[in-house]
Amino acid sequence: MPTATMTVNGETVSREVEARTLLVDFLRDHLGLTGTHVGCDTSQCGTCVVHIDGTSVKACTMLAVQAEGRQITTIEGLASNGDLHPMQAAFKAHHGLQCGFCTPGMVMSAVDLVNRVPDPDETTIRTWLEGNICRCTGYHNIVKAIRHAAREMQG
Amino acid sequence: MAMQDSTGAVKRVEDDRFLTGRGRYTDDIGRPGQVYGVFVRATHAHAKITHIDTNAARQAPGVLTVLTGAEVEADGLGGIPCGFVPGNGPQNMPERPPLARDKVRYVGDMVAFVVAETAQQARDAAERLDIGYAELGAVVDPAHAQDPGMPQLHEDAPGNHCVSWEIGNKAETEQAFASAQHVVSLDFRNNRKAPNAMEPRASVGEYDPGTRSYTLYTTSQNPHITRHLLAVHVLGVPEHKVRIVSPDVGGGFGSKIPHYPEEAVVAWAARKVGRPVKWTASRSEAFMSDTHGRDHVTHAELALDDQGHFKGIRVNTTANLGAYLSTFGALSATYLYACLLSGQYKIPGVYAHVTGVFTNTAPIDAERGAGRPEATFVTERLVEVAARKLGIDRAAIRRRNFIPKSDFPYQTPVALAYDLGDYNATLEEALRVIDYDGFAQRRQESERRGKRRGLGFSTYIEACGLAPSNIAGAIGASIGLYETAEVRFSPSGTVSVFTGTQTQGQGHETAFAQIVAQRLGVPMANVRVVHGDTGEVQWGHGTYGSRSLAVGGSAIAQACDKAVNKARKVAAHLMEASETDITFEDGVFSVAGTDKTKTIGEVILAAYVPHNFPLQEMEPGLDERCFYDPKNFTYPAGCHIAELEIDPETGEIAVANWVAVDDFGTLLNPMIVEGQVHGGIAHGIGQAMLEEVVYDSDGQLVTGSYQDYTMPRADDLPAFKVSYTETPCEHNPLGAKGCGEAGAIAAPAAFMNALTDALGTEDISMPATREKVWRAARSRTAMAAE
Repeated sequence: MPTATMTVNGETVSREVEARTLLVDFLRDHLGLTGTHVGCDTSQCGTCVVHIDGTSVKACTMLAVQAEGRQITTIEGLASNGDLHPMQAAFKAHHGLQCGFCTPGMVMSAVDLVNRVPDPDETTIRTWLEGNICRCTGYHNIVKAIRHAAREMQG
Repeated sequence: MAMQDSTGAVKRVEDDRFLTGRGRYTDDIGRPGQVYGVFVRATHAHAKITHIDTNAARQAPGVLTVLTGAEVEADGLGGIPCGFVPGNGPQNMPERPPLARDKVRYVGDMVAFVVAETAQQARDAAERLDIGYAELGAVVDPAHAQDPGMPQLHEDAPGNHCVSWEIGNKAETEQAFASAQHVVSLDFRNNRKAPNAMEPRASVGEYDPGTRSYTLYTTSQNPHITRHLLAVHVLGVPEHKVRIVSPDVGGGFGSKIPHYPEEAVVAWAARKVGRPVKWTASRSEAFMSDTHGRDHVTHAELALDDQGHFKGIRVNTTANLGAYLSTFGALSATYLYACLLSGQYKIPGVYAHVTGVFTNTAPIDAERGAGRPEATFVTERLVEVAARKLGIDRAAIRRRNFIPKSDFPYQTPVALAYDLGDYNATLEEALRVIDYDGFAQRRQESERRGKRRGLGFSTYIEACGLAPSNIAGAIGASIGLYETAEVRFSPSGTVSVFTGTQTQGQGHETAFAQIVAQRLGVPMANVRVVHGDTGEVQWGHGTYGSRSLAVGGSAIAQACDKAVNKARKVAAHLMEASETDITFEDGVFSVAGTDKTKTIGEVILAAYVPHNFPLQEMEPGLDERCFYDPKNFTYPAGCHIAELEIDPETGEIAVANWVAVDDFGTLLNPMIVEGQVHGGIAHGIGQAMLEEVVYDSDGQLVTGSYQDYTMPRADDLPAFKVSYTETPCEHNPLGAKGCGEAGAIAAPAAFMNALTDALGTEDISMPATREKVWRAARSRTAMAAE
């Protein structure tokens, strides 16, 4: 079996895996990082979004071995020293989550958006979130949270 | 002070773990020695199983067992029961085996369960199963399920008939139509929906041979009912030999109410292989095998007099129940539907007939709103069409027919007695927020840009807070519908509150902690909410029907009040005062007219370390519990107004404005309530504009993934304008009515009323896809040109 070696949330990890192992299954089943979720099998739902070298990627769209040598950040690695990232804090402040299942992917996706577009307007946010499905919130408070977080992240 | 931190829009205590990836959903659980199961599902909608050869699969790497209907029969497992038989009219109740025995009845029906060391090995082995089918021809369209010559799903359900059911005052209704000056009618299909909780269903089963007991971690809205059905009816073991744990549940929307055959098979397989067994549905499996919602074929009529007064409403519905009866069977299609047809209106004659039929499709059960969206759609579409036909303003025709405040309590002709409401108040507020008078100008402005604009109302009502147990029994439910609560204290002053409801994102850990903090005057941080575990919670009926706060929260409030009553006696003893002189406010007991006080913390300590305690009069401790049985349903009601702009060139619909004014009674946490309203509206807009489960004529599921089934995305939906009026519920201690389903109930009718207003035709069905809208807009353009 091939070995997949990469940096996950700042730590180098190395595991023997079947070559067909998806990155999302590697994170969940091999590393126990269950904050990254699986909500579909067609790369539509976005609950598995992580950052690879700082860019949001659906972790179901690549194999673990394809992440060889890359820097992965999962939702578990976003808060620092116990303080919520401004995006996480904004989701909480504006009730941008209910059941929490889409939330890790939403937050990781939104952080990447604000890294690219520092002060996104509502239309930009809604368009960006096309690849993340939420069934609970109707997106209203997610959009609100991202707008507030963007301002916080600029400040 | 304690009171302040627990009042109003408190931020949710569960959020930190969800936001940091530390939630614990069923699929996140790994038990020592755990192995993995995969279901092999029918690829035909209706077929005889001619043979199953499991040999190759059994010899595949890592395989522990392959279970089929033969093993189910050999082990004597019972069928998956249905817990509801409508209270009038006979019902055919064919058995649903945990695994198919001779026949499969829908695409997704389960034929075998393969268990292997890894999930991948189980999937690989499942491919090696050789199953032969002889097709029997599929029944898909409920409108034709009973036609002569149609294939028969079940031997004990002739004509694919499940139930014929009626409600209302038939004679008065016939009379109303006979003497009506106007009759408007509609024929439509209420489109089939997939609930689509983002967390797919999953179960982890474990068996302890030492105690001969099962533990099942499972994605359930309803752990105690699942335990009962699984233990008593399927496994045939004492109820205390099964523990159900529902950890964090990632949305339910009805799909996690039923007890599913997968749960039974996973628990049973764990015993067979002697290892914990995990099964997690893929999304494809979820589309095939989660219960679906709606799917009614309806003919509906409204009789009016010359002034537009409603005289009668008459409805005939054929409801698709799918291939088997799910846990709540025909409940959504009967009582939860037709009892709401009177809407917010005074209508002398209301009569409905419902026929429930079997088809070769996934079972239908509750989906957010469960019957009430279908009822609201019937009534509110008829009202809007009548207003157009009679040339009466849509607000005016509603005002003219509303049940006036002075008429409450109001007995409808369809069983329900509404306790109170103020329907004018929600309507007037919605008109103000949407700027009703400015609509004509906005419409002109749209037309100048080549667009068409429409406005649609939905003045809906729902019956929530399920339910008074005597009524539940009378209408055919096999269970009571009270809720339980228990409060327990520790000497250090912390409080654990146990509830039989179960959260799937509604924020119960916050809302229920607020109730406890407010009632007992303790900080929220000292309160732990315990739910979703039959090993911890004595008993309960789960979460659905917007019942958790109105029923479960009321049970918690009353359990707290009982504890305060006992604590008052303890405080009187400690302060050497008469109990009648003790007041309690903000967590402090005081002796009236003195400066003597004891905090709740001091009283708790005295009750659990009873060195100075009236032991001759009372037992130590303050723990209390409550079984709260509601006196009536609650009746949330409101007005939603949709304003849509369509592009006739592309069929694109923009939701320009969405105003919701709801009366949920007293709001405990307005932030959570608003989130519930948003989500409900999204479900409703989804149904009206995007979503539909489609089976082809062979019963193959066409919409089996997110590439084919259109979920509402962020850019399909607008920002919502949500506000409230408040007429507190008078028959529960919280004044709460329930808010979880309102949006889903109100929205489809408001949306379609707005769309048909914009298009100038009633002839368009849900979901109003771009293609349908484009065609409808073109046909009107063509007519105008002729």
